[in-house]
Amino acid sequence: MARELTIKVLRYDPQQKSNGSVKAYFQEYKIKEADSMTIYLALTQIRETLDAGLSFDFVCRAGICGSCAMMINGRPKLACRTLTKDLPNEIILLPLPTFNLIKDLSVNTGVWMDAMSKRVESWIHSSKEIDIANIEEPVEPEVADAVFELDRCIECGCCVAGCGTKLIKEDFVGAVGLNRVARFECDPHDERTIDDYYELVGDDNGIFGCMTLLGCEDTCPKHLPLQNKIAYMRRKLATVQGS
Amino acid sequence: MKIKYCDALVIGGGLAGLRAAVAAAQKGLSTTVLSLVPVKRSHSAAAQGGMQASLGNAKMSEGDNEDVHFTDTVKGSDWGCDQEVARMFVTTAPKAIRELASWGVPWTRIKRGNHEAVINTKRTTIFEDNDKHGLINSRDFGGTKKWRTCYTSDATGHTMLFAVANESLRLNVNIEDRKEAIALIHHENRCYGAIVRDLITGEIAAYVSKGTLIATGGYGRIYEITTNAVICEGIGTAIALETGIAKLGNMEAVQFHPTPLFPSGILLTEGCRGDGGVLRDKDGHRFMPDYEPEKKDLASRDVVSRRMMEHMRKGKGVESPYGTHLWLDISILGREHIEKNLRDVQEICEYFAGIDPADEGRKGWAPVHPMQHYSMGGIRTKPTGESPTLKGLFSAGEAACWDMHGFNRLGGNSVSETVVAGMIVGNYFADFCIENQIDIKTEIIEKFVFEKEAYMKELVSKDTGEDVFRIKNRMKRIMQEYVGIFRDGEGLEKAVSELEQLYVKSKNVAVKNKQLSANPELEEAYRVPMMLKVALCVAKGALDRTESRGAHTREDYPKRDDANWLKRTLTSWKEGDLMPTVEYEPLDIMKMEIPPGFRGYGAKGNLIENPQSAIRQQEVDEIREKMESEGKDRYEIQEALMPFELQSEYKRVNIRLGDK
Ligand SMILES: Cc1cc2nc3c(=O)[nH]c(=O)nc-3n(C[C@H](O)[C@H](O)[C@H](O)COP(=O)(O)OP(=O)(O)OC[C@H]3O[C@@H](n4cnc5c(N)ncnc54)[C@H](O)[C@@H]3O)c2cc1C
Ligand code: SF4
Ligand code: SF4
Ligand code: FES
Repeated sequence: MARELTIKVLRYDPQQKSNGSVKAYFQEYKIKEADSMTIYLALTQIRETLDAGLSFDFVCRAGICGSCAMMINGRPKLACRTLTKDLPNEIILLPLPTFNLIKDLSVNTGVWMDAMSKRVESWIHSSKEIDIANIEEPVEPEVADAVFELDRCIECGCCVAGCGTKLIKEDFVGAVGLNRVARFECDPHDERTIDDYYELVGDDNGIFGCMTLLGCEDTCPKHLPLQNKIAYMRRKLATVQGS
Repeated sequence: MKIKYCDALVIGGGLAGLRAAVAAAQKGLSTTVLSLVPVKRSHSAAAQGGMQASLGNAKMSEGDNEDVHFTDTVKGSDWGCDQEVARMFVTTAPKAIRELASWGVPWTRIKRGNHEAVINTKRTTIFEDNDKHGLINSRDFGGTKKWRTCYTSDATGHTMLFAVANESLRLNVNIEDRKEAIALIHHENRCYGAIVRDLITGEIAAYVSKGTLIATGGYGRIYEITTNAVICEGIGTAIALETGIAKLGNMEAVQFHPTPLFPSGILLTEGCRGDGGVLRDKDGHRFMPDYEPEKKDLASRDVVSRRMMEHMRKGKGVESPYGTHLWLDISILGREHIEKNLRDVQEICEYFAGIDPADEGRKGWAPVHPMQHYSMGGIRTKPTGESPTLKGLFSAGEAACWDMHGFNRLGGNSVSETVVAGMIVGNYFADFCIENQIDIKTEIIEKFVFEKEAYMKELVSKDTGEDVFRIKNRMKRIMQEYVGIFRDGEGLEKAVSELEQLYVKSKNVAVKNKQLSANPELEEAYRVPMMLKVALCVAKGALDRTESRGAHTREDYPKRDDANWLKRTLTSWKEGDLMPTVEYEPLDIMKMEIPPGFRGYGAKGNLIENPQSAIRQQEVDEIREKMESEGKDRYEIQEALMPFELQSEYKRVNIRLGDK
């Protein structure tokens, strides 16, 4: 027999703020569980049949784009690849904390992530003139793979939502930003030195703010080695501070 | 009322839009990119398999060059493409990939020495020379003569998109996400930007610019089951159509991918078969060699999809509660290979099908079924990327019919097109923005804004009317059922007439949720009528085209008919009409570098030849023979056969290993 699921969603619409009576509240929806139902399928069904005004974000619905992170029974997760069969009958959905709320389950990660990218100057810094008609620079295959490992971050925000430091320090760059620094640090195309990275994240809102509580790595849906990389960057940057 | 001005307006922040924005920003233009979602979440992020570029680095790519890539692309298109554009494309693709490498895309690199690969289900050892060590590697894809598809594991689109997005941030491109273009501002056949709805606040604003480029991707979501992201609804295409001036090209050319996961529709990349995976039926039999002895599982996408359908019709499919499917077996590649090169595929199988594809034997087989995947059709452009009819409107990427894909696109040629078109078209677009001024009266702009503001209010004011979700789902069903892989006159007639009725209904939708800000139902209410117009262009184009070419397969007209149908479909939409206007643009055989011929699949006689093909072929042979005897090189011969224009920077000769 198919289960009946109770999905509780935190509803709040800050766009209606001027209207003083609008408050946050939980809304319950009851739906029949289908075979291999994901939160994406469940929410889509709710919108189409029960509540057309419910806001949430999905793009790829395949665990690739990072749009759909939300708190699912207390943990930040990608909703599109979370199967309802792995959850109890009652499912509580909340928007990802720390990001600006747009409405209901929809948060504004894009603006935050773009600012993060600018802050850590998330692009190759190189003084070389590249002739694109000519053979590319060789890169050690292992090095390319190592860069790729860190480049896999999808900016979903789970690590930020799961981070105690970020809750206290609004300007904390988060594991996602620190990972980005580590990614460019090991990319041979990038000419930045440790001193340059120190300029970017060598403070309490950067690498030295991290309390290494591991909330980030535990929630990262791409299984990035955040803990190791943060520790590595911290060691490297600490030498700059000492000098 | 809000009016924002910029030099260059790019609608769409996928690979094509962002690369074009970079081209504009590089020329010092104030450049704005609009996107429904944060740009790094664009559909381009989902491309897994890779990007075609004829670097010729790896052992299995040796001898590759522009000519080979060109031939594959033209044949792949079933001679439906614009060969000049295909030439521009293949000449620039190696430069695109090398540029991306310098922007930090961590392309998988070649390792010297022996390594193992699975070719035709056999383990084979390939040896890579010392001098190749560290250069960009490539894998095999369907319909290509050489291993030409460069990749970063199976997250190619993601790494490319992040690199290009970061480059845009570096150049201070103004990126505004959660902004939807809902109409184009145009006056006297010239485009001046767009009317834009803020998806958070609901505010309607005018974005006025010297030039406008649409790069909004494909329209796969007009189908019920598709590999496309949920935002691929074709609204960018629709707003061009709604000008009544810009035209859409070859909308009936819709690609179906052979191996999306069944039933969810999440794609398992062609890289699975490229790396040696095979298709199997309910008996575990590998059936593709029975149908396509030469190319087997790696025949062109349209061919494999059709063969799979054919095989299932013969009762060889696997029955399941959701319907019939076949199996994709990559377990033969071995766990190590899968965990390194097909990791996302593995995760997708685990999350969405509950299997580990690395498990040996039947246990690891993934259920697959062909599904809508790619839109070859789109906004018709000239080789410069500009609409031939609406000045100042450019288009690039999947949204465009620049037309290097004709009636079937090769795997890996799309993300390649996005960046290549971003470079070439982006440059022409930037030049346009430099050379032209904004000379439109404010009152005309205001009229567009007021019209849309009134429209939104009207939509939320109706208390009784149709349910927009039901209309949308019905449209998707019709497209799925009658405008799918196999098409015939009867089904298409039905589709066209029912879509028309739905379109009429869609103008009478009642929105339950009455607010103008962040309101997903309101979004549906204005999008669905636009989607229906796009769907009608597809269905009507398919009904009228009484032949089979590439992905367009008419069971009642099984032959490719070069005598009558070597032409591009153009659809436009006159205000107030319920049906698109369909016209045709002939392809000139006498200008082709490769005149139409046998594509290499199925029976040879399945073709109605055009007498000009033989005449042109003879001409081509003579020129080639003569010039070869005079010792001319391949570039000179190419130029003599089919001259093409391209920015000099991109036209330069691509250097490869072993060249002087
Ligand atoms: C699952 C999958 C895998 C694929 N794998 C490969 C592969 O391996 N190799 C390959 O070559 N091709 C592949 N493709 C195809 C390829 O990914 C796409 O064709 C290509 O990425 C399209 O890029 P684009 O820039 O044209 O559009 P997109 O990346 O789709 O971007 C569209 C942009 O437009 C924006 N937008 C849309 N409408 C509006 C509007 N009205 N207003 C404002 N903004 C708007 C969106 O927000 C988005 O930013 C794959 C496709 C799929 C579905
Ligand atoms: S380890 Fe650092 S970044 Fe990660 S959750 Fe803890 S404090 Fe945040
Ligand atoms: S590091 Fe992991 S959790 Fe954080 S944004 Fe990237 S993918 Fe998401
Ligand atoms: S929708 Fe893309 S990761 Fe969930």
